[in-house]
Formats: sequence, C-alpha cells, structure tokens
Amino acid sequence: MPSRIFVTGLGFISGLGNNVQENLDSLLDLRSFIGPVRHIDTSLKHELAVSEVSLTNDELMRDAGLSAKSAYSRNALLGIIAAKEAFLHARLDKHTGLNTGLISGTTVGGMDECEKYYQDFLTNDSKNRFIETYDCADSTEKIADHLGLKGFITTISTACSSAANAIGFASRMMRAGKLDCAVAGGTESLTRFHLNGFNALKILDKLPCRPFDATRNGINLGEGAAYLVLETEETNQKTGNPVLCELVGYGNACEAFHQTASSPDGAGAYLAMKKALDMSGETPDAIDYINAHGTGTDNNDLSEGRAIEKLFTGKIPYVSSTKPFTGHMTSAAGSAEAIISILGLQQGIIWPNMNFLTPMPELKFQPAGEIIRGVDIKLVMSNSFGFGGNDSTLIFKKHGIH
Amino acid sequence: MTNLNAIYINGLGNLSPQKTTDSSHFLDEVNRVQSNRLACIEPNYRDFISPDILRRMGRLIKMGVASSRICLADAGCVMPDAIITGTGLGCLEDTEKFLTTLIRNNEELLTPTSFIQSTHNTVSAQIALLLKCHNYNFTYVHRGWSFESALLDAMIQLRNGKASKVLAGGMDELTNGSFEISRRLGLWRMKPADTFELLKTTARGSIAGEGSAFFLLSSAQSDTTYAVLTGMNTFNRKASPVSLPRLLSDFLERSGTGPEEIDLAVCGLNGDTSSARPYKELTGSLNNAGIAAWKHLSGEYMTSSAFGLWMASMIMKKQQVPEAAVIRPPGAKTIKTILIYNHYLDLNHSFILIRKP
Repeated sequence: MPSRIFVTGLGFISGLGNNVQENLDSLLDLRSFIGPVRHIDTSLKHELAVSEVSLTNDELMRDAGLSAKSAYSRNALLGIIAAKEAFLHARLDKHTGLNTGLISGTTVGGMDECEKYYQDFLTNDSKNRFIETYDCADSTEKIADHLGLKGFITTISTACSSAANAIGFASRMMRAGKLDCAVAGGTESLTRFHLNGFNALKILDKLPCRPFDATRNGINLGEGAAYLVLETEETNQKTGNPVLCELVGYGNACEAFHQTASSPDGAGAYLAMKKALDMSGETPDAIDYINAHGTGTDNNDLSEGRAIEKLFTGKIPYVSSTKPFTGHMTSAAGSAEAIISILGLQQGIIWPNMNFLTPMPELKFQPAGEIIRGVDIKLVMSNSFGFGGNDSTLIFKKHGIH
Repeated sequence: MTNLNAIYINGLGNLSPQKTTDSSHFLDEVNRVQSNRLACIEPNYRDFISPDILRRMGRLIKMGVASSRICLADAGCVMPDAIITGTGLGCLEDTEKFLTTLIRNNEELLTPTSFIQSTHNTVSAQIALLLKCHNYNFTYVHRGWSFESALLDAMIQLRNGKASKVLAGGMDELTNGSFEISRRLGLWRMKPADTFELLKTTARGSIAGEGSAFFLLSSAQSDTTYAVLTGMNTFNRKASPVSLPRLLSDFLERSGTGPEEIDLAVCGLNGDTSSARPYKELTGSLNNAGIAAWKHLSGEYMTSSAFGLWMASMIMKKQQVPEAAVIRPPGAKTIKTILIYNHYLDLNHSFILIRKP
C-alpha cells in the first residue's frame, strides 16, 4: 500500500502579498494588484497589465537576510522567501533527521539578470558572477543552500505546469520510499524575455484578464513563488505536524497537438484531469471545486471548458480561474493555485472568477462569479497546462474524511 | 529470464561529436580533433523529420528528435509509455536568438517562433507531438543532474508498474555564445587540445561538447537488451564529508553488489586538473576494475553522463572496451558489472550501475 501524502506547510509570495496570510487577506478582500510594470525596464511598461511582487530585489534580499556578496536572480529571491515560509510552517528546522527533498519548477530561471548583462557576459568579465545564476537549477540550489537541505534536489521545467509537476514528482518520490518529506513548488519572476515572448504571441491582454468570459482577450502575466511541504503519513506521525489536507490525485499527460496551442476539444486537459481522478479513486461528482488553468486566452478557456464538460457529465463543480487575482505566474502557477485551492478547502470558500460578466456561448457552465462562503468542500482540483501540451492536474482532499 | 524488479536498457540512440548513430560501429574510427570545443556530427535530419517541420525546428530539438527516433527503432518500440528528458541549458540557440533580437531591436518587431522553441520542454514535447504520444511527458533541468533525474523518474515509473517502456534521454547543445560565456568562467582549455592527449595532459579546463542520447528502458528483457540498469544515485559532496569509496560502497550495498564485482569504471574524466581528484579518489579504491573515459570523445556538458551510459551499455553488449576509451584495461574476461561515475564541476555527482543481462 503506497503511503498517503499529507500537506503540512505552505509558503506563498505573489502580487497579492509576501506571505500566505497576506495572499489570503487579498483574496478575501477581492483585491488584485494588476497594473503597469514597475520593476522591469521594458518598453512595454505602460502597454501591459501585470501582477508584480511589490518588493524590489534589495527588499527581498533584506527580508531573506541575504548578503549582497553573492549574486541572486529575482527568481531565486522569490523562491527563497516562499520556500522558507513553507519550511518553517512545517517546522522542518526542528525536525532533524528526515530525508527531505527539494523539487522546484521554473522556466525563465535567471533570465532577469541575463537579459540585463548578456552583452557583458559575451564581451567582458564585469558581470561574471551573474552568469552562474542563469540556468534553471540556480534558484533551486540557492533555496537548498538557504534552508540547509542536503538531500535530493532537482528542477523541473514543463513551462506553465512546472510547479504542478514538481508537486506530482515529489509525491511519487515519497511513495517510492525515496523521500520522507519534500519542499515542492515553483518560482518565476517576470522578465523582459517572456513578457516580450507572450507579447509576440499576441496573447497578452492590456486590460485585466477575464477568464471564461466571452470577451476574454488574453493573459496578464504575474510573478511569485509558492511551495508546499509534503510528508508521508509515516513521517507525519514523527513530526506531529497538523495536516492541512491530503494530496490524493496527480495526472500528467501530453496533448501532443501543437507546441503552444491547445486542441479545440481539450483532449490533453481531459486526460490530465481523468488521470488525477483515477488515481484519487474518486468519482467526478465528488469534486467540489476546480481551480482552472483559465488563462483568459481564447484558446485555453474554450479547450479547458470543453474538457471539463466532457469529464463532468453530471453536475459540474464550482469552477474558477484565480488568475485575475495573481496574474499568470507561469512556472509558479501550479503551486500558487494549489495553495489558493487549499486555502479555499480549509476556509469553505469558493474563490470567484473575477472580471467575469458575459458567459461563453460555447459552454454550458459558467465560472463562479462571486465569492461563496460556508461551502462544505471535500475535494478540490487544480489544473496547470503548459507549452508543449504538458498538462497536469492535482487533487487535494480535506483531511480526516472518508 | 525476466526479473520482476529489473530495468532493461533495450534501445540506444546517440548523436554526438563521434560517429555514434550507427550501432554497427562502436568508436572504431575516432573523430580526432585539435580544439577546445567539439560539435556533434549531425545526420541528415530529413531521414527522421519531414522537411516542412524541419525548416522551423531549433537545433537541439532536431538533435533530440533524431536521437530519440534512432533509439525507438533500435528497441523496436512504436509508442513509449513515458517520455522523460533532461537538459542542463535547453534550447540555447533559440533562446539566444530571441534574446539577441530583443536587445538589438529594443523589444520591437519580435516574432514568436524562437520564443516558443526556447522553453526547455520543447524537445520532449516535439518528440511526443511527432509520435502523437499522449502519455506522461517530463523535463528535468538541473545542471549535472538533469539526465540523472530523468533516469530516476523512469526507474520509479517502471518499478511501480506505471509504465513498461520509457524513453529517457539527456541533451545539451553548444552555441558560440554559450561557449564564449562559459569560457569566461574558466571551464575550457585556453589552448586547443588533441582528442587523444586531453586526458594525458594536465591543465586548467576541459573541452566543451554537446550531444543527445536516448535510452529505451523497459521492465521486460528483449532480444535487443544491452544491459540491466541496476541503480542510480545522485549526491552532493559539499554537503557530505563522507569519502567517495564510502559513498560508493553504500550505493553498491543497496544494489546488492560488492566493490570487487565492478569490472569496469566508466569515468567522467575531462582533462581539467581540478576535476580529476574525485575520479582518482574513486578509482584508487577499485583495484580490480578497468577504467574507461568518454569526455575526450564527447566534450564536457551538463548531460554528458548520457554519453557515458551509452558507452557503458555498448561495452556491455559488445563485451569490448573501445581502444579510444581505455584508461586501464579490465582484467575480467567477461564484463558483468559496470559503474558509471560522473561529476559536473564537483557539484553534481552521480553513480549509475549496469549489469550484464
């Protein structure tokens, strides 16, 4: 019998706040901080609406207690702040002797520094210390060093499903008996590189994004980091940590349709949700809430919406995309939305799909338009889909129910 | 006989600076160069990819798709249950192209193609797209552990029965930009080195390389089986004062193997004086084993251990260590157990153990 996987720690930094509590407060107050770019020197500054973490790199360094002697990308700084919060939440600093892994998802890595200094990298030695912050593994290594994690660490890059896959892989490592517990999630800072990339794809909205709305017109990019602490049931007996919820389902599929677009019928999204549901042993009607990938693009929301309709043939659960709150946190979106889903599960709250006004004519269901309180939520599903058709779904269950 | 827990290497596909795409040859004719960087010998990609798709495809993607096709054909596998890749730096050519245009054009007139292809998961996604493979698809990007993470994931899935055939590979490309940038960090020899002299001379730096190697791993033995993949472990020595021989004996113990059983140690020696110490420390404790090396043939890169595993798998099947790879010939008549030991910049270390089926 493979071990059960419990969530015992959360850490979260985004445009909504610098820790889990601040994020929760903003969600409860229905506040979004989507607006013009402030921290990056880009010519798109006033053209795009984004969600940025309010702190500057210097402020992040100060809050993390880091010395300016070492080079840190914003990606690593965000990752350190969120992973440390989760680590301390689960009191992993006190529980020594555990075989703890760190599995992190990211895609742009240290591109924020690289794009500033690329010419220097090529032509002089003045910024050499930032060369080593470029690759995706750098933020993971820095987080591990900061937390004193000396066991297994790795980095996953499956574009916008990276963090969901990090959580999924961590749970499989634990079920295979290779780890007692894990810090798993993802980090991604905004960069000129991917702001311009998404802009060239013409899928960014200049207005606040409107997922699942007939007038939707694209993505607002966001940034931040989010990490969960996962423990096996046996480890949890040792730590005695309060169980926040249980990870009961994980599905990974490749749509194999197009490098960036989703298929009109949502075959990949359907497969990912179906696999996660099969693993959880639950029936579709047991799912109370779906935190949709819901980017606000024409393509994703139609594809995902149809996949939801195909899988949930009876009653469709509450559905919302929380990207109007956080922006699309790309590689960190999977773990950020996992945490938002878990917070809803704990508080009995269905998060609203903000900015929704006009139903999509192609879909039979509508997303939750308003915040709904006092709901008895047992099972939540969180979707994350990425370039390359890398689609993943996580399912969390309230602890202590059968 | 098929062992329930065993993992078999049933197919290989390796695109490298050597002639490695044709399995009837095994490093019998070495591409000998005087350089501090090695480039892949690229096949006619039209043999693997249709021209209309090929035209827009980035170089690492072509390398990955071609080597994965060779591997699948070698194993006689049509549809793997999972595609898992590891790449240290991903699609550098496309990344540099988009970044350079962005800087030069001051963020104007950008086309999305190179951005789309810049994400690290493009190789595994394109392999899946061309195969129409909807199964598990994953990409690891952790420096010298990228390929090892892919192997680990594959091994977990094969052992827990989630998959019976996994396509796993490691790939990295070298560009002019990445060569120049890593040269600034002192990674490469200042002067060109001769392929056959690299490991004999002592100097700072190695030679840069690139490659893409795939493996079809299966829970069932077949008539194409090369070797049994017995174990894999990554370790961080900065965090551990434990000696290498001790780390090795702990690793071997978990695989039920004694150090004296190792017939050949395939090592990631790369000609860089400061990188040589861990290899010496390890091989010094393996008196009965032969020693072979690969990086003078492949160059150094983050996923070069995939070349190492390819070479070890070929040695196991052919029962022959290529002359170009021998450091110390094995004493044993039959090579039954091979250890692959690699480290990247003394940060990411790994052991891989294979056995004769």
